[in-house]
Amino acid sequence: MSTILEVAGMSASIGSQQVVESVSFSVPDTGITAVLGRNGVGKTSTLRGILGLIKRKGEVTLAGERIDGLPTHRIVQRGVGYVPEDREVFASLTVAENLALAERQANPRRDFVAHLFPDLVERRAQMAGTLSGGQQQMVSVARALLNDNRLLLVDEPTKGLAPRIVNEVAGALEEASRTVPILLVEQNLEVVKRLAKDAIVIDGGRVVHRGDAREILGDEELTRRLLGVHGDAPADGHGTEERA
Amino acid sequence: MSTLVLVLVTGVGLGALYFLVASGLSLIYGLMHVLNFAHGVFLTLGAFLGWEVASRIGATGWPAFLLSILVGGLVGTAFATVTELALIRPLYERHIEQVLVTVGLAFAAVALFEGIWGSDPIFITGPAWLDETTTLLGARIPNVYFVLMIAATALLASLVVFLRYTRYGMIIRAGVENRAMVTALGIDVKKSFTLVFAIGGSAAGVGGVLAAHYTGYVSAHLGQTLLIFAFIVTVIGGLGSLSGAAIASVLVAVLQQLANYYLGGTGDLIVVVALAVVLLVRPRGLLGRRPA
Ligand SMILES: Nc1ncnc2c1ncn2[C@@H]1O[C@H](COP(=O)(O)OP(=O)(O)OP(=O)(O)O)[C@@H](O)[C@H]1O
Ligand SMILES: [Mg+2]
Repeated sequence: MSTILEVAGMSASIGSQQVVESVSFSVPDTGITAVLGRNGVGKTSTLRGILGLIKRKGEVTLAGERIDGLPTHRIVQRGVGYVPEDREVFASLTVAENLALAERQANPRRDFVAHLFPDLVERRAQMAGTLSGGQQQMVSVARALLNDNRLLLVDEPTKGLAPRIVNEVAGALEEASRTVPILLVEQNLEVVKRLAKDAIVIDGGRVVHRGDAREILGDEELTRRLLGVHGDAPADGHGTEERA
Repeated sequence: MSTLVLVLVTGVGLGALYFLVASGLSLIYGLMHVLNFAHGVFLTLGAFLGWEVASRIGATGWPAFLLSILVGGLVGTAFATVTELALIRPLYERHIEQVLVTVGLAFAAVALFEGIWGSDPIFITGPAWLDETTTLLGARIPNVYFVLMIAATALLASLVVFLRYTRYGMIIRAGVENRAMVTALGIDVKKSFTLVFAIGGSAAGVGGVLAAHYTGYVSAHLGQTLLIFAFIVTVIGGLGSLSGAAIASVLVAVLQQLANYYLGGTGDLIVVVALAVVLLVRPRGLLGRRPA
């Protein structure tokens, strides 16, 4: 098994505040790797640092090539898809326009996306801002799946969604992961157990643990210490509504 | 009655001129968060070079007029593009420095124009028809106002089509909403920065030629005078909103004309009062988006 992404001593800052302190980890080139950690420890910032959306230092290597000096759009063009934490669909653009903007290749995978999210096909002409949260999340995930990427960075895709939609989104990621490795930030530990092979645990802006996802979540004492929760319980407040 | 018609129609015509300037300001601010104080320079340069070309030909008829409009538009486009590439782009994301650069350019350009063309206004003549009047509901309206309205309507229509139906238009609309996410889709948003400068510059350049025929002269200060009103219009319409700028252009100019005729020439004062009221009551302007 080889590595698609290698992060070595990356720190990142927002304004003058350092929010990631020298994280190092690697992401295998198959399957889903989970990023775990309590709220505010720097998971989102780690993804944004990799993408160059916030200022970062250190080495980031994608498929053997350094990308830490590149501007965001060039990193993405090298085959990195991004599903941001709060969906960030373009509210005043239609679903079709949101998807069209994301298409980078001559033959985008429209059929695959239509198969995963038939809802979106029906709602092509609807303004993305008027979609439900779940539908917006589907647009956001779909944007990343339209291209043949080498890696997806996916940030809390099930946040605030109803159980049925959580399932649908998790299913889509599972299907996508057969062809593209995914680095997944996820607080819903059920979803992590279902999807992730490996997990990285971040605390205080650093990687404090890494290993097999199920083993980490199975270790009660470890999960309580690193995530502040029991492995069978939701990781935070918004997890409760997700298991009806 | 005919006076009211005159005031209203000339107000709309003046609003059309404001829109030629404000549309670019609004697009640039919406996408780049830069208040472009150099926008008046594009206009003045368009007016001067448009006039130069027309007067070199030595003609005052329609062909010369249309040619000067073309030249004004091209000069505005070229100068705005160079401004973006040479001065704005190197200061990417440093909004305060970018604004300061445009202020500096505005001052320098006015001085340069005075050096080249002198500080006195140069009176110009165009097609005689422009100065003649057409009677509308009993009011005798100078024809130049209709030309302004046609130009602004054509601009608005092409901008709407461009923004709505082209990929770059889509990128600009998306970028006004969330620029970082546009880059996170693999799109080089800087190209569209240059593009909005070019578009704004072309509208301002055409506006410069028309403004010269509207006022009857070209001068180094033509652009900066209009720019003040265009800024007010942009703020009242809601920074970054094109339709807001269009509506506010007409509202402000009509209000200004009404006050000038019926309240003893207090038009400019009324506009400033309107600005103050909008800033107090609805700081994001008529159609501006709520600050995130
Ligand atoms: N715009 C900002 N300005 C200053 N500090 C910020 C900003 N955004 C985030 N931070 C800080 O950076 C730290 C890491 O934030 P980040 O969003 O990466 O955490 P996270 O692990 O993704 O949290 P969550 O689980 O809540 O999504 C936090 O302490 C946060 O307060
Ligand atoms: Mg986060």
